Amino acid sequence: MSTETYIPLETLCTYYKVETSFFQGLNDYGLIEITTIEHAPCIHHNHIKNLESMVRLHQDLHINFEGIDTVMNLLQKINSLQEELIATKNRLRIFEE
Amino acid sequence: MAFIDYYKILGIDKSATTAEIKKAYRKLARKYHPDVNPNDKAAEKKFKEINEANEVLSDADKRKKYDKYGKDWEHGEAYEQAQRQQQSQRQYQQQGSGNFGGGNFSDSDFSDFFESMFGGGGASRGRGRSAGFRGQDYNAELQLDLRDVYETHKRVLTVNGKNIRLTIPAGVENGQVIKISGKGGPGVNGGPHGDLLIQFNISNSTKFKRDGANLYSTEAIDLYTAILGGDVTVDTFDGKVKLKIKPETQSGTKVKLKGKGFPVYKKEGHFGDLYITYEIAMPTNLTSKEKELFAQLKNLRS
Repeated sequence: MSTETYIPLETLCTYYKVETSFFQGLNDYGLIEITTIEHAPCIHHNHIKNLESMVRLHQDLHINFEGIDTVMNLLQKINSLQEELIATKNRLRIFEE
Repeated sequence: MAFIDYYKILGIDKSATTAEIKKAYRKLARKYHPDVNPNDKAAEKKFKEINEANEVLSDADKRKKYDKYGKDWEHGEAYEQAQRQQQSQRQYQQQGSGNFGGGNFSDSDFSDFFESMFGGGGASRGRGRSAGFRGQDYNAELQLDLRDVYETHKRVLTVNGKNIRLTIPAGVENGQVIKISGKGGPGVNGGPHGDLLIQFNISNSTKFKRDGANLYSTEAIDLYTAILGGDVTVDTFDGKVKLKIKPETQSGTKVKLKGKGFPVYKKEGHFGDLYITYEIAMPTNLTSKEKELFAQLKNLRS
């Protein structure tokens, strides 16, 4: 595992202007996964996209951890429904002239 | 350039208090925030509009100026002043825009109306969304024909001035999105790059209908071959095959040609099936002799 693919929480705290406790809270709710690399808590860069979305939900819309968890679950559901819709539309093309 | 009614956008009265404006803005922001409306251009547009409305109405000076000139804003002194600022802002924006980039939700692109009345001033905006540490995702659409995705092939795409070599696997579905990690916008302060997301729009100009890896087509066979049996040559996606027609084949009979369908996505050498429906073509413009013979056949049956 390359350490370059992990971003220290400290860097993220500075950048997003949030306390470490915010990330700790997300971790406690199972919304992110904090990995310790060389004694420093880090987050894998593949998870940054989701993390940024959660930071924005918190900062822009004042949504708490429970709310973020609910939103993320619903977004996952929307995503799978959208995929299902595309597959269904593609199947319907068989019947179109 | 049209006048924008910011009060209408937030759904409030002109007499709304600061608290009412804030409440209305927050309610609409929760509804249209891009993070809760993924891939929804209409919501993204609406979110920009409510941000702009809030930017003006939540700022006492801006609101005052807006209320003062209202629909006659073009006659206001602010307009002329702002024109100068706007020109420099425009040049910057044009340089900055690329071919793609639908994925960022930056609120830096307020309307021309806003720019005309208040000038650029993008840096002072307080309620904007925090710029990403991770680079933005680039969204691109690729228009292909069904024939193009029958075989795995390479393509070079130009995204934001950079050439990206892309292998398009055979069997890609219409509407499918392929993610190319790290080929989006650059991150900030060492943040990771965004991704390039390519959506495939696959049109079909062939006689075959596709359902995943299976293909469907209709073949016309003449009445005599259908009744007496015989050989016909039918089209498959990549050529022709000879098929035996059984005597007394009914119209609508379906045959399955195993492995003659479309390639299965990311399973090299695997193909779906081709389903052919026979449609019996009735003879037309019968001669009197033919009619006589059909009458004889009819009499034999009755």
